[in-house]
Amino acid sequence: MNMKKMIALLLALVMVLSLVACGSKTQEPEQTDDVSNTDVETKTIKVGMVTDVGGVNDQSFNQTAWEGLKDLAEKNSSIEVQYLESATDADYSSNINTFIDEGYDLIICVGFMLADATREAAQANPDQKFAIIDDATNADLDNVACLMFSQEQASYLVGVAAGMMTKTNTVGYVQGMVSDSMNLFGYGYIAGVLSVNPDATVLQYNANSFADSAVGAAAATDMIAKGADVIYHAAGGTGAGVINACDENGIYAIGVDSDQSHIAPNTVITSAMKRVDIASQDISLAVLNDEFTGGVHQYDLTNGGVDIAPTQDLLTEEAIAAVEAAKEDILSGAVVVPTTAEECPEFTLVG
Amino acid sequence: MDKKKSLLEFFAESKLIHTILSIIIGFIVGALFLMIMGINVGDAYGMLLKSVFSGAKSFSYCVVYATPYIVTGLSVAFSFKTGVFNIGAEGQFVIGSMAACVVGILLGGLPSYLLVPLCFLAAAAAGALWGTIVGFLKTKWGINEVLSMIMFNWIAFYLSNYIAGFPAIHNEGTAEATRNISENARILLSKDTISSLGLCPTANWGILVAIVLAIIVYFIIEKTTLGYELKAVGFNKSAAEYGGISVNRSILLALAISGGLAGLGGALQLMGMGGRISVFSSQEGFGFAGIVVALIGVSNPFGVVIAGLFYGALTYGGGKLNLVGAPTQVVDIIVGTVVFFIAISCIFEYLKYLKKTPKEPEKLPVSEPDPGKEADET
Repeated sequence: MNMKKMIALLLALVMVLSLVACGSKTQEPEQTDDVSNTDVETKTIKVGMVTDVGGVNDQSFNQTAWEGLKDLAEKNSSIEVQYLESATDADYSSNINTFIDEGYDLIICVGFMLADATREAAQANPDQKFAIIDDATNADLDNVACLMFSQEQASYLVGVAAGMMTKTNTVGYVQGMVSDSMNLFGYGYIAGVLSVNPDATVLQYNANSFADSAVGAAAATDMIAKGADVIYHAAGGTGAGVINACDENGIYAIGVDSDQSHIAPNTVITSAMKRVDIASQDISLAVLNDEFTGGVHQYDLTNGGVDIAPTQDLLTEEAIAAVEAAKEDILSGAVVVPTTAEECPEFTLVG
Repeated sequence: MDKKKSLLEFFAESKLIHTILSIIIGFIVGALFLMIMGINVGDAYGMLLKSVFSGAKSFSYCVVYATPYIVTGLSVAFSFKTGVFNIGAEGQFVIGSMAACVVGILLGGLPSYLLVPLCFLAAAAAGALWGTIVGFLKTKWGINEVLSMIMFNWIAFYLSNYIAGFPAIHNEGTAEATRNISENARILLSKDTISSLGLCPTANWGILVAIVLAIIVYFIIEKTTLGYELKAVGFNKSAAEYGGISVNRSILLALAISGGLAGLGGALQLMGMGGRISVFSSQEGFGFAGIVVALIGVSNPFGVVIAGLFYGALTYGGGKLNLVGAPTQVVDIIVGTVVFFIAISCIFEYLKYLKKTPKEPEKLPVSEPDPGKEADET
């Protein structure tokens, strides 16, 4: 009697499982359809995005890039987009390979952490198109588009804003790591501050981490004690601590990468933006129109790839005017923003 | 009434059936959540199945993912058997992996047959040290090992980030991580093997190490005096001491072996999959996954191998769920439910006991849980 009931129970479970199995079988033909569609000249492309360990809701590059792609897919029915999140450093390679196996036309790798995994996959699959954000080490490969940003130009503009807004003539700068590409933020910012306020002091700090908000807060607090009243950060998650410390102490902060004013609307006066979304959309459209090229794709003020954030409510009229003037000067070539330590001797984080 | 009783009895009968039923329940609960979210269950589970069985490449990915989970699972299972709860496998994993990384970079010129064992040795020693420190705190001052292990996880986390910043091993320029370890320290299969069999690019022979470790753990626990002593301390400290076993020495040894295993897991992950250690922004969770794997594998070394493969496949397949529009977190719901039902299996036994008592008290001894199970669940 009992035995029968047990068997009945097991059979019921088997049925549930087989339903699941059947469901999967009916699904598979659909998926192969998708793949074959892209092979035929229906001009539909699939774009896959691999995040770094920050995940797709990181309020930074991953999120900006993904939102840009989603917008594009909504407007353009011949582009299909999807993302895969990486939980650990070892997931990059397998996620890239998943997109390759699924027949995606373009794989966008977000961030320089994926540089090695991208190189490996791009060399093993020379016909697969890749794009990688913020990495130029793969520029020698024909099937990798390296999306680079002139971060020094955006930093110059927020530097001008900081130089105009400071009342103590002391501003602060927190950087996440010392490297050639990170230093560009510092060169631009310092040059921008000094261009409108030659007497200003720029306090600088290398946090040596993109993930330690406690270090960011400590650095900002120290700068505030030394008189800084505007602090710019180029330090990812560490910068969240910088903004919080500025918020607590009632001074201004400047965000980076995306418009960060939503973090602390009364503190973040503006942000230096890198339009990862525009770059991702551009390269996707290039693949759709068969115009994909490898090598470095530089995004700067001229093509709207970098800019100062639209949030400028806390800036004074004069500051906004100065920023606009600086933008004109850069676009016209009257001002060349420094890109090396020699051109910006005030930068002290080198070495 | 009658049916309930039979069900309970059924549940109480065998660990294997417990586990299988818990897994089935896990998938059903996962399916319910998928339905609530309006996602086709067939699509999602089909993707999971496909990512395991669709070919050599995906299957080898699952095995590669599973390898570190098996080893951290063994580490935790070993600690369960010996009456300590190694929640510190996470930290031991991180420290072991960093030790292997330092050796793999700094001694990168050594030939493979020397370097690979050296990396394993360094990782095992570092993990064992990490476990022993906690054991020392426990035996010397009676500090609860669970508390100090959780703290040691964080110490390992930040120590690893600190070491990763040293100029000698830091990756200059392209990534916020260590350099790649020397090719001689990798345990990858040869490129020819990978391409001819169509395996994934990180296919490696770490799984063999994991299986050998499972056999060793089984042997130590079941066939040696050491294992007997460790188990005795796990069952009942006072009795073990009365029997002439040094409890402190046993706890230290148990934590050292468990820590060494977790450290080896770190080495296998580094030398097989990662090749470098990034600066962490959050815990990667290989050690915590070991607890899950040990529970699903009911602390049996061979059960842990199977459970590790299951967990590895779910992790790898779960990462792909986005492709069919399902959130990857569904896998966490499934695993969470499975662990929950395995962990409460003793309740079924208790219920069965309650049902039985009034009717047939003479059968009581039969339904008593065996002492081995009790140790598993502490």
